[in-house]
Amino acid sequence: MANLFAGIGTSHVPGIGAAMDNGKAENDYWKPLFDGYGYVRDWLAKEKPDVVIIVYNDHASAFSLELIPSFAIGVASNFPPADEGYGPRNVPAVEGHPELAWHLAESLILDEFDMTMVNKMPVDHGLTVPLSITCGESEIWPFKVIPLCVNVIQYPSPTGNRCYQLGKAIRKAVDSFDENLKVAIFGTGGMSHQLQGERAGLVNVEFDTAFLDDLTRDVDRLVKLPHVVYLRESGSEGAELVMWLTMRGALDDDAKEIYRHYHVPASNTAAGLIILENP
Amino acid sequence: MREDRDYSDIPGTYVFDPHHSMLGYHLNMFCMSLNEEANRDKFQADERAYLEGFSLTPAQQTAVLDRDWLGMLRLGGNIYYTFKIAAFDGLTMQQVGAAMSAVAAAEFQEMMVHGGRAIEGNRYQSEWDANG
Repeated sequence: MANLFAGIGTSHVPGIGAAMDNGKAENDYWKPLFDGYGYVRDWLAKEKPDVVIIVYNDHASAFSLELIPSFAIGVASNFPPADEGYGPRNVPAVEGHPELAWHLAESLILDEFDMTMVNKMPVDHGLTVPLSITCGESEIWPFKVIPLCVNVIQYPSPTGNRCYQLGKAIRKAVDSFDENLKVAIFGTGGMSHQLQGERAGLVNVEFDTAFLDDLTRDVDRLVKLPHVVYLRESGSEGAELVMWLTMRGALDDDAKEIYRHYHVPASNTAAGLIILENP
Repeated sequence: MREDRDYSDIPGTYVFDPHHSMLGYHLNMFCMSLNEEANRDKFQADERAYLEGFSLTPAQQTAVLDRDWLGMLRLGGNIYYTFKIAAFDGLTMQQVGAAMSAVAAAEFQEMMVHGGRAIEGNRYQSEWDANG
């Protein structure tokens, strides 16, 4: 049977990818951020998951205002890097796992999560930056990926609770997949940041720290946070953090934190990283 | 459409809600078109002519041509869409953030390096009004 053993929460700031792509990861500005990523790369190289479900959001790349799925799952065998307006990132294409992805889609829909199923989906920095963060530079990504895309651009996004419950349904689906696969799940985006308006540049360390703490101490509090609290306290784009709750929902209730890293700034964002493992 | 929203009192923040989405559909879809290199070339060649191919309002057209980043947000633009114009111009998100908050880019960058804009005093419009 497939085994979902761990989850990672990580920011997906495009600047992090650009710093790697342009060889700036060792400079004074970026080094303190990247120094915190060594642990997760070693951990992942040791754990060697077969498949990673990456919960992320598309930023006007695969989807536009023409069609806005609240939850979409990539069921293809291949997902090319997207051109987001300045040429695609020079990173490997992402290999999917259609069998598990279709099993997830089927199980989730019968569990009343009405997923949009997607065969053609270029993936943008929301997905490829977390891969770069956790795998470093690579000729080929070391595991297969199931992209799970959440709308957080058009208000309202799904609620934190809905994202969390989706995580629980994902876990149930993985547990019932009849193949020995080691599966991890990433929740991406955040942490506090606001890109737009006169309040651009907002960072709220207290909010972020409490969020990281409560992923293991008080998940109920996080699950109940309404959109307005994210918008006000973590910034208009900090509201991406609901995607971390899908990752959390897929893990055991008593999952343990084994690592965290937090750094301000990555461009305009507070960058967070956490690894949670099932006992 | 409901106007009294629980986030309306957050200062300097343009939530991309249904109202903004209706206002900004064509503006954002113009931005979306810049994902294609061939379209970027056409926009480069003649910005005004390229914009004519989309159903922008005159105010939206002007905001794009003037690179009025706040103006675009007020007219329904979403930052992930309008940032495609900024990327086309070779600007970073920090430079756009500086322009929107009316400070020099160096000052904005300095603020970020020192921990970003504090949450204290920046939660409610009333706090901004009180501080002039």
